[in-house]
Amino acid sequence: MSKVVKLKRGLDIKLNGEVGNTVNSVGNCSLYAIKPTDFRALIPRLVVKAGDQVKAGEVLFINKYKPEIKFTAPVSGTIESINRGERRKLLEVVIKADNEIQYKDFGAADVNKLSREEIIERLLDSGIWPMLRQRPYDIIANPQDTPKAVFVSGFDSAPLAPDYEITLAHDLEALQAGIDCLKKLSNKNVNLNLRANTPSSSVFSKLKNVEVNYFEGPHPAGNVGIQIHHLNPINKGDIVWVINAMDLAIMGRLFTSGKYDARKTIALAGSEVKAPCYYQVITGAQIGSIVNGKLKNEVEERIISGNVLTGYKVDTNSYLGFYHNMITVIPEGREYEFMGWATLGCKKFSMSKTFPSFLTPNKKYTLNANYHGEERAFVVSGQYEKVLPMDILPVYLLKAILAGDLDKMEQLGMYEIAPEDLALCEFVCTSKIPVQSIVEQGIELMMKELS
Amino acid sequence: MNFLRNYLDKQKPKFEKGGKFEKLHSVFTGFESFLFVPNRTTSSGCNIRDAVDLKRTMIIVVIALIPALLFGMYNVGYQHFKAIGALADTGFFELFFYGLWKVLPMIIVSYVVGLGIEFAAAQIRGHEINEGFLVSGLLIPMVMPVNAPLWMIAVSTAFAVIIGKEIFGGTGMNIWNPALLARAFFFFSYPSMISGDKVWIAGMPDGFSQATPLAEAALGTPLNYDMCSMFWGFIPGSVGETSTFCILIGALILIATGIGSWKIMLSTFVGGFLMAFLLQNVLPETNPYVVSGMTPLMHLVAGGFAFGAVFMATDPVTSAQTERGKWIYGFLIGVMAILIRMLNPGYPEGMMLAILLLNTFAPLIDWFVVQGNIKRRLKRAKAA
Repeated sequence: MSKVVKLKRGLDIKLNGEVGNTVNSVGNCSLYAIKPTDFRALIPRLVVKAGDQVKAGEVLFINKYKPEIKFTAPVSGTIESINRGERRKLLEVVIKADNEIQYKDFGAADVNKLSREEIIERLLDSGIWPMLRQRPYDIIANPQDTPKAVFVSGFDSAPLAPDYEITLAHDLEALQAGIDCLKKLSNKNVNLNLRANTPSSSVFSKLKNVEVNYFEGPHPAGNVGIQIHHLNPINKGDIVWVINAMDLAIMGRLFTSGKYDARKTIALAGSEVKAPCYYQVITGAQIGSIVNGKLKNEVEERIISGNVLTGYKVDTNSYLGFYHNMITVIPEGREYEFMGWATLGCKKFSMSKTFPSFLTPNKKYTLNANYHGEERAFVVSGQYEKVLPMDILPVYLLKAILAGDLDKMEQLGMYEIAPEDLALCEFVCTSKIPVQSIVEQGIELMMKELS
Repeated sequence: MNFLRNYLDKQKPKFEKGGKFEKLHSVFTGFESFLFVPNRTTSSGCNIRDAVDLKRTMIIVVIALIPALLFGMYNVGYQHFKAIGALADTGFFELFFYGLWKVLPMIIVSYVVGLGIEFAAAQIRGHEINEGFLVSGLLIPMVMPVNAPLWMIAVSTAFAVIIGKEIFGGTGMNIWNPALLARAFFFFSYPSMISGDKVWIAGMPDGFSQATPLAEAALGTPLNYDMCSMFWGFIPGSVGETSTFCILIGALILIATGIGSWKIMLSTFVGGFLMAFLLQNVLPETNPYVVSGMTPLMHLVAGGFAFGAVFMATDPVTSAQTERGKWIYGFLIGVMAILIRMLNPGYPEGMMLAILLLNTFAPLIDWFVVQGNIKRRLKRAKAA
């Protein structure tokens, strides 16, 4: 009983530098890192020290308050360094990779013959568990919970996002094992959401034992939070688990091969990339090893791990984020613009109709990281609602967060949102309000006060 | 523009903390960001941002006001030369420049007083200067009679900015539309200067008097003007409010750019029309408006109704902020404006009070809409 959900609200930001169809391999990448900062609300406890030897799948650090949740090495090699920030905050555990990856063996097995407990144990031991996240709060799932459903989004609608049909083209077996695994974890309620009109030749169309629904409409239709809201909304006390489709393949491989095989195909896209295309990398790869030699180097560039709406700024010495499936490179735009607010602005993009961009809906733009204005109080109303396809009043929810009013946050739908779902609100905001940070702040507050 | 940029960069340290002109920091950054969009780039959240900002938004509203303002200037000249009986031998530009000469000082006074207070308030609070007054400062002279003494405009503006806006926290925090608050203050402090038959025409010869069509209708005298001249705007009235045609051009600009809410505009006109239609059929035939022959449609083009509906009611800060709330809010403004106008003939200009009243109740309207959302969520939880 598949449903087709048509979403009207949202916004597709069309950017230059769309990724081509070819998949290349990156040359030599010797440094990899796992960053505890990629995991919301995690307090890590380190279990290795610089100089230690690790195999792929061996533990680097654990969750201090839930030691069964482990974070493991994506490659085998020597611990190169432990990078810390202010107040000795753990930032990166860097591994210098061996030439040939040695995998810790977790034992291949048929998922359908394992019990739920055995599956959970394997996922925890291999360090794949952190790929499973729970809503509300968008944090790592708690192995003691049983979710009411598991959701997987089969497409990414963000600007310049990779096409999963290409990145997962050869992973049917692994995806099926992943789905079977989720089925055991969630009492058989696994939802896969695809773009409407997904062809039957698609790798996702071949998956069995999963409830498939379809979504139509602009970004954020591919966000799993939006999909949950329309299919099985989260009420107080509900727990839903989600996993990214790319991570699902890695999860499946644990059972088909018995290894933590963290290879994935990511997109290198954006207006400052010479020839945007896909690259085969391993989770945590050094950014420089992927982008060096492939950028235009014409202007000051901003390299983003992730997409332009939710990713974060990195430099070439930094590493690919744990949950990220793409690297975007755009101009930084650190320049003054004379009377910029008064110009006609044919090269500028705006959802509002105050710039001519609304006359040419299919034109692609080169956007930079400039604020295009200054922060102000909320003035314009009705703007966020246009890009949030949920029955939620975003401004009232944000104001409740700012006021620290837990009751109101709960009543207005705090359990249903993650920062990424409101990313477009932040993009379109006339007053340049830091929407995603406010949502983060709200999640932190709720977790602190209600648990 | 490099030389200007270099100059600003050189002056900048003087205005920063510890600099010579530290006390003018807000003013400096205000002007700097007026001239140049800052070079700040994103550091958290979205890496890219929409090109629109508050300056762009406000300038669109100013552009939308320009047709009504230019016509207002022309009409000031037109009414003057008509009153002295020299309309036939006066050229278009003479009329316009006469009006420009009368209206320009009002605009300057409003901007100087209002922006001065804004600058000072921003500096005291350590905030940046907000763009809100760019619009309010132009609205204020447009809702005043042309003969309003400049010092009264100055006092009204100061009242509106300080009491109406700054004590609440500045742009975005105010409860009432600042421009209307200025007019309300003016109206109740100096009633003789904003009503009656002496103030609407600049440089009026002695012994000549001319009330607005609305005031005439309120007295039950038959109308001097037909629907047509009221729509085009060749009638006495506040500077910017007379020409419904020019106001509708402004409305088109606001709706096309999405800056003004078409829901509020439409529901205000609908509410006003329905109320006027209802009252005309219900009220006894002795009601002055019925006597004077005002049709419901005429109510929408007379006085400040159209101007208020398009430019005042749609102020995003003081109007209802939920989409459903906007329908209710606009409709009630229309209803209240006509209700006040027709049932209280001593006070024909109902629009100002209707909008201020609904500004006050807008948060209440929104509260009901928000409660609706909360209830839907609770119901969903129970059903599951």
